[in-house]
Amino acid sequence: MANLNISIGKLKLKNPVMVASGTFGYAEEFSDFIDLKKLGAIVTKTITLRPRQGNAAPRTCETPAGLLNSIGLENPGVDKFIKDKLPVLKEYHVPIIVSIASERDPEEFVELTHRLDRIKEVAAIELNISCPNIREKKGKRLISQDALATHGLVKAVRKITNKTLITKLTPNVTDITEIALAAESAGSDGLALINTLAGMIIDIEKRRPKIAMASGGLSGPAIRPVAVRMVWEVHQKVKIPLIGMGGVSDTRSALEFFLAGATAVAVGTANFINPKTSVEIIAGIGKYLCKTNLKDIKALQNSLKING
Amino acid sequence: MPSNKLFQFKAKVIANKRVGKNYFHCIFSAHSLRQAVRPGQFVEIKVSAGPEPLLRRPFSIHRMKGANVEILYELVGKGTELLSQKGAGEYLDVIGPLGNGFTLPLTPYPLSLLVAGGMGVAPLVYLAEILKRSKILVLIGAQSKSGIICEKEFKDLGCSVKIATDDGSCGFRGKVTELLSNILVTMDCRPATIYACGPRPMLKAVAEIAQKENIPAQISLEEHMACGIGACLGCAVNTRAGYKRVCKDGPVFGAEEIIW
Ligand SMILES: Cc1cc2nc3c(=O)[nH]c(=O)nc-3n(C[C@H](O)[C@H](O)[C@H](O)COP(=O)(O)OP(=O)(O)OC[C@H]3O[C@@H](n4cnc5c(N)ncnc54)[C@H](O)[C@@H]3O)c2cc1C
Ligand SMILES: Cc1cc2nc3c(=O)[nH]c(=O)nc-3n(C[C@H](O)[C@H](O)[C@H](O)COP(=O)(O)O)c2cc1C
Ligand code: FES
Repeated sequence: MANLNISIGKLKLKNPVMVASGTFGYAEEFSDFIDLKKLGAIVTKTITLRPRQGNAAPRTCETPAGLLNSIGLENPGVDKFIKDKLPVLKEYHVPIIVSIASERDPEEFVELTHRLDRIKEVAAIELNISCPNIREKKGKRLISQDALATHGLVKAVRKITNKTLITKLTPNVTDITEIALAAESAGSDGLALINTLAGMIIDIEKRRPKIAMASGGLSGPAIRPVAVRMVWEVHQKVKIPLIGMGGVSDTRSALEFFLAGATAVAVGTANFINPKTSVEIIAGIGKYLCKTNLKDIKALQNSLKING
Repeated sequence: MPSNKLFQFKAKVIANKRVGKNYFHCIFSAHSLRQAVRPGQFVEIKVSAGPEPLLRRPFSIHRMKGANVEILYELVGKGTELLSQKGAGEYLDVIGPLGNGFTLPLTPYPLSLLVAGGMGVAPLVYLAEILKRSKILVLIGAQSKSGIICEKEFKDLGCSVKIATDDGSCGFRGKVTELLSNILVTMDCRPATIYACGPRPMLKAVAEIAQKENIPAQISLEEHMACGIGACLGCAVNTRAGYKRVCKDGPVFGAEEIIW
């Protein structure tokens, strides 16, 4: 058996396959389909300080090999999350990475981190500074579209917690390596990339956008080549581990991310289509390493052959 | 609320036939669903092996016969088109049973009223089968005669059936909800509950009529679904208690719950 262990900061995972924020509910929704214990880690739906209702319906629309969504970070708020969701999550005995976002930066990120820092079951914190669907911020720049703002925010949070910090980046930028470097130098232990690509789809009969918020975030196989390219670019610039995501749907697509330089992958939209995707990939990676006589998943990371 | 166990399974197609101009009837084997299904619940079917079309498609459970599930569907786009091409012996990737289903009476009602718009008949046939011991009146509406299906199925189950068509080509000329209003005025025995499934404007009208007449109504909603299992929060419907998930908290809601 090849070694699938990886680490991100202080966080040690038994395998490098997690489930992406917002695509796995609070895990209980998947307990009939898979043995949750097998997952490398579970990333929760993004939590905010106060409960959020989410955006108006319709919130999703299928696109060619993709999905456009504008959920709007519907969540029960951090207090309810800690009281109702976390006790259930911890029973799965899988590292829980809590994704957080704020409506008022950076104060709320700091406040949320304060609350979570004290909780043993929170294995790591993921800073979602890349959600395109917060109405209050529509039209404004996201933190992860600004290197200085990214640096400032990560630094403010870093100051108050020793937990593993993962910063989640948006692909909606000119140069993602700039933002990645800013997060790294501010003390982020790892980077999650990519969040959804901003997109829009129009109903030509009704002459209306097909989702209520007009534009939303694109995910699924359609964005995979963009995601792989971004992981590859960032891998060449930063030293901290990367969690690659964007259209990971099977073993082959997961392996692309490892070859591009990712330390781990996260399964997102594919959970909706085949709820067993994540565990199938864990088994599939094991088989692939065995077949190619590799003893460790980490051996893939720098094995990409580029001509020239 | 029952907390049903969900299954993902390969279902063998037993038959998949055209039953009207644009309608198909598909029977597939589903041993895992054998005892677990309530009327109003649905399944999600992946109609292709690859990423196109990407998402599963939701369909109401139309009937259950032993371990066989039946669905009734209308050709509307590429997903249903691909589904219609599946022949006997081929396999479908199915998840179910999903959603809450209709709330059933503890003791049979003297009279239940079922209101269907077009394809909305699909879950109501299974409901009628389960409600069989009560008297059932079914109202079916469509644009014209060719859109009316399942009249015979309901009659075979002992239901009375009344038809409404927009163009008057069959039964009452007008909306099925106008027919509903008319009938409620003239009826001597009032229905204990109205069960309805169909397009949203029809359901809204049913909700208004039910409220005016002070009759409880259960309606089955449709919304675009990415996951169907309550995980993505994509199928939100606005209710008096905030946004709810059509796939998990529904698809059946009390008519009074919905903010239209
Ligand atoms: C709970 C539930 C039960 C349903 N039961 C039935 C049934 O028994 N028989 C039947 O014919 N249809 C039923 N529908 C509608 C059916 O799911 C759609 O007609 C079907 O998904 C269309 O797919 P398509 O690829 O052919 O159409 P397209 O228009 O190409 O689909 C594009 C996308 O829109 C979605 N979509 C399109 N129309 C609807 C709709 N009305 N509701 C939800 N999503 C839609 C599709 O799922 C897909 O993601 C049900 C829908 C829901 C939510
Ligand atoms: C319905 C939906 C909801 C999402 N919600 C969140 C969220 O709350 N927080 C977050 O950081 N990312 C969220 N994402 C983004 C995913 O975590 C992931 O970064 C993105 O979808 C790309 O991966 P995929 O193509 O495998 O889905 C969401 C994606 C989808 C499709
Ligand atoms: S379709 Fe995902 S929550 Fe309902």
